[in-house]
Amino acid sequence: MIRAIDVHKRFGDNHVLKGITLEVAKADVMCIIGPSGSGKSTFLRCINQLEATDDGAIWVGDELLGHEVRDGRLHQLTDRRIARQRRPVGMVFQRFNLFPHMTALENIVEGPIKVLKESPQEARGRGLELLGRVGLADKAGAYPATLSGGQQQRVAIARALAMNPQLMLFDEPTSALDPELVGEVLGVMRDLALSGMTMIVVTHELGFAREVANQIVFMDDGRVVETGTPADVLTHPKNERTQAFLSAVLA
Amino acid sequence: MPQVQSRHGPSVLEKTDIAHLPRFARRHYGRYVAAVAVLAALAMIVSSFANAQIEWEVVRQYLTTEAILHGVLNTIVMAVLAMLVGVLLGVLFAVMRMSKNPVTRGVAFLYAWIFRGTPQLLQLFLWFNLALIFPYFVLPGLIEARTVDLMTPFVAALLGLGICQGAYTSEVVRGGLLSVDQGQTEAAQAIGMTRTQTLRRIVLPQAMRVILPPIGNEFISMVKLTSLASAIQYQEVLHSAQNIYYANNRVMELLFVATFWYLIVVTILSIGQSLVERRFSRGHRPASSTKPSMIRRLVSRGGQA
Repeated sequence: MIRAIDVHKRFGDNHVLKGITLEVAKADVMCIIGPSGSGKSTFLRCINQLEATDDGAIWVGDELLGHEVRDGRLHQLTDRRIARQRRPVGMVFQRFNLFPHMTALENIVEGPIKVLKESPQEARGRGLELLGRVGLADKAGAYPATLSGGQQQRVAIARALAMNPQLMLFDEPTSALDPELVGEVLGVMRDLALSGMTMIVVTHELGFAREVANQIVFMDDGRVVETGTPADVLTHPKNERTQAFLSAVLA
Repeated sequence: MPQVQSRHGPSVLEKTDIAHLPRFARRHYGRYVAAVAVLAALAMIVSSFANAQIEWEVVRQYLTTEAILHGVLNTIVMAVLAMLVGVLLGVLFAVMRMSKNPVTRGVAFLYAWIFRGTPQLLQLFLWFNLALIFPYFVLPGLIEARTVDLMTPFVAALLGLGICQGAYTSEVVRGGLLSVDQGQTEAAQAIGMTRTQTLRRIVLPQAMRVILPPIGNEFISMVKLTSLASAIQYQEVLHSAQNIYYANNRVMELLFVATFWYLIVVTILSIGQSLVERRFSRGHRPASSTKPSMIRRLVSRGGQA
């Protein structure tokens, strides 16, 4: 489903990703953990082309991201084609990024109507259904400013799902939430995983990772240090950097 | 009231008594003085106007003559059209200024530099006399005409005021676009929107909240700027007033007539501005806690409600 080969990213002199190679199968849930500054969010943003890679390649399905191969070279795609490549990939941000001038339902139907050209009635029907699925059926007409952080993040998840994605990316979805609101968002994500959605989650919630993920990736300093099942990486880490990180987090 | 003897004075109130003593607000004597001074000054001004060689009957009479009303209409038409041109150009050049393409950025920079850097009256003269440089205006198959015939006072004023306004507005719009959080653009891209869709549906509507108050100001100043067009023979209200006083010598009376109409138009615009601003602040205040402003209440009493 996703295949990344030797992905590099630099911001000026700062070499943020130093060759990431990963694979995610359909219906897999991969959790990426690691200290801040390790490049986990940047890697996620490369998958949705919010950042362009400097070297290496990423495929979503059969689609090579950002470039096409012609006469033995990689040619950069137009903005329009990149926008099209983003459609099957949903993204949920740390700071929600709901559109503040639209109600919850308007946030959700914006993409289906404007990008997928669905009819407004159809989009609204499915939008309401999605709001019900994230437990906010009564908040269709509410503006983001009137919702709690947890509610906003659940609307953001519904907004991403409205595009019928094949893959969902979560960039520290609970890090900006008050502790008592984390559970409701993780609950929605757990249901989503159980429904067979392919997910890549950058998170500090090790309990969630242990329970829901079937693959854990530990990143540090722009590299993948260790990968494996939750039991391997979280319970019996082999690398000493993983061990140090886990003991610091669990302390 | 219980009093207690103390070493520091003859008597001291208990603290619990002090907590509930009657309160007296501070007196603002300066305000009374200022109010009296302002009233006195106003009275002097009013009395000098009242006793001056002004025939108020003439003012009243010319307030609604056809030439003046026609001038008022032309002022409004020019202000609205020039502002429309200004806002369209402003948005266009603001977007160009923020483009990734260095050529469009350069063009936008040049535009703002030229039209903000020269006096508006001078620009009006330049447009009006454009025929001296381009005697003929030709769009093959569409238009072929002498520039003198095309560049009427109306067209010259519209171009001069609108294009110059666009240069100022583009800076206002750019500030507004920059004020929208980068996360909004990313969220829009993440649902597959193109650049144009992102700008039109997500970024511009949010920028509007920041852009509108200064645009409202500029609209109001545009109403007054149209008076410059009288210099190139555009028949706006000041030009009409001048034409009349050249004939009948009632200079002050007719200038008062023009003053009256400018104030009326600007007042109506200010009310409209506050209604439009309210519309674009959606989602920024919970609807329940917004108190309707006085203007809104007045309008809804007379209008829809």
